[in-house]
Amino acid sequence: MSPMQAPSPQPAPDVTMRGQTFPMQMAEEKKPVAGEVAKLSTTNLNFYYGSFQALHGISMQVYANRVTAFIGPSGCGKSTFLRTINRMYETIRTSRAEGEILLDGEDIFKLEVSELRKRVGMVFQRSNPFPKSIFDNIAYGPRINGSVSRSGMKEHVEQSLRRAALWDEVKDKLNESAYSLSGGQQQRLCIARALAVDPEVLLLDEPCSALDPIATAKIEDLIFQLKDSCTIVIVTHNMQQAARVADFTGFFLMGKLIEFDTTTVIFKNPAKKETEDYITGRFG
Amino acid sequence: MSFHRFRRKATNAAMLTLTGLCTLIAVGTLVFILGYLFQHGGRSLTWNFFTKLPAPVGETGGGMANAMLGSAKLLLLASCIGVPIGFLGGVYLAEFGRSAFSFVVRYTTDLLNGVPSIVIGVFAYTLIVLRQGHFSTLAGGIALGVMMIPIAIRSSEEFMRAVPLSLREGAMALGASKTKAIFTVVIPAAKEGIITGIMLDLARVAGETAPLLFTSYGNNFWSPGWQHPTAALPVMVYNYAISPYEDWRQQAWSAGFVLLMLVLTVNIIARVILSRRGHVAR
Repeated sequence: MSPMQAPSPQPAPDVTMRGQTFPMQMAEEKKPVAGEVAKLSTTNLNFYYGSFQALHGISMQVYANRVTAFIGPSGCGKSTFLRTINRMYETIRTSRAEGEILLDGEDIFKLEVSELRKRVGMVFQRSNPFPKSIFDNIAYGPRINGSVSRSGMKEHVEQSLRRAALWDEVKDKLNESAYSLSGGQQQRLCIARALAVDPEVLLLDEPCSALDPIATAKIEDLIFQLKDSCTIVIVTHNMQQAARVADFTGFFLMGKLIEFDTTTVIFKNPAKKETEDYITGRFG
Repeated sequence: MSFHRFRRKATNAAMLTLTGLCTLIAVGTLVFILGYLFQHGGRSLTWNFFTKLPAPVGETGGGMANAMLGSAKLLLLASCIGVPIGFLGGVYLAEFGRSAFSFVVRYTTDLLNGVPSIVIGVFAYTLIVLRQGHFSTLAGGIALGVMMIPIAIRSSEEFMRAVPLSLREGAMALGASKTKAIFTVVIPAAKEGIITGIMLDLARVAGETAPLLFTSYGNNFWSPGWQHPTAALPVMVYNYAISPYEDWRQQAWSAGFVLLMLVLTVNIIARVILSRRGHVAR
């Protein structure tokens, strides 16, 4: 186990970068929660699309084997933040991240990007199964990474589908196209596909926004079960969903992390007025 | 009925008639050509046509077996040149084509597509025939191959671009590099489209005559290997159609019919592949 596992408390002064001072009001929430182990730790993360700054000095910690939710109105930067964690933003040419993100104490910007994405899996807003069979979809990650032997693949695919609670529904049609599944099943297939790489962290970017309530409930159940084996970060538009599934919740507004705390505190007793206004539906 | 309403209805009727008429003319021409070819060429199509060499002047009968084999060899050679260059060029333009260089490539590709086929023939003539001192299958195949490149590039590019970004992201989120994502997800997803584009491209050059006139030239006998002049169906149509012999002109009709059927078949197969793809990938 890495010696960096214990969250390192950082002093929280205002930070001046390029002549701009960022009041680190969010830093006061940054004190580690007792009894929790930080899996991801970001310090003063700034993010730019060209000259537009999408994230302002984000400092926070994601705790191991917990579900962390990010809420906030559209365009507040929560998805952007998620995409910095596995460096998916790098597909956009003009984008740029500054600051520090540590995964188990390792700087993610120094990791090999494919290595990072193996450790930090991602599920997207719209399910995106490959135009291949169900089996080949799940086997895709292990195959390209060479992490599972040819003979063990069948078992590994089954195990991944079981983890995503999809096995019973698809076990008789593994060779059929993934497009033959319903929308909710396709999204769980994408979760199973991500799990097949055995990620330590799973990022979910509004995974239920295109799904009906029943399919949503299945995915939320799944999130509960997955907590034991990985750390989950979920971005959601749906505050009730955050309240249901998350242990910790962060509220983003205009590229800033306004407040981060346990879900109970955020929803019952938020410290910031903006958070309270958003939660109570006064805007957003 | 008010004047405005009357005018609107009259305009509508006039435009409908006009557009309908134009459609009819376009479709009618094709049907007319098909029917005419079938009447003249289809009827006299015999087994000998597919198995025999052309008969010497003065004798009747004979066939165009050598021209069919010649066309097949020319198309094979053309594919060996046009398909890899076109396909890989398309991959480059679709996946890495955002630089000024790719803009130039795309532009010159479209320009090359507009170059008259006879000019491509002259190009191959200067480059190969003059240098070697004789006509050959090689020169004809290269001329057709060059003609294939622009459409193969642009159709491959278009079909790969049509693969949603979300699939690329999905692959990369699982740890695939960009190149790996292209070869394991994007190309397989665009496979049917790319193959269809290349088939249509091949069908197009199969009917080209001009680039072959002074590259593969023509031959009344079998053409062994790649270094001899060879007969090809479109050139046979040209040579036989302008001949003074009734029998040859008849055979030109048959050759034209066979060529058209070939192109039509390839087109239909390509459309079937494409429509099947529509079912699978939404």
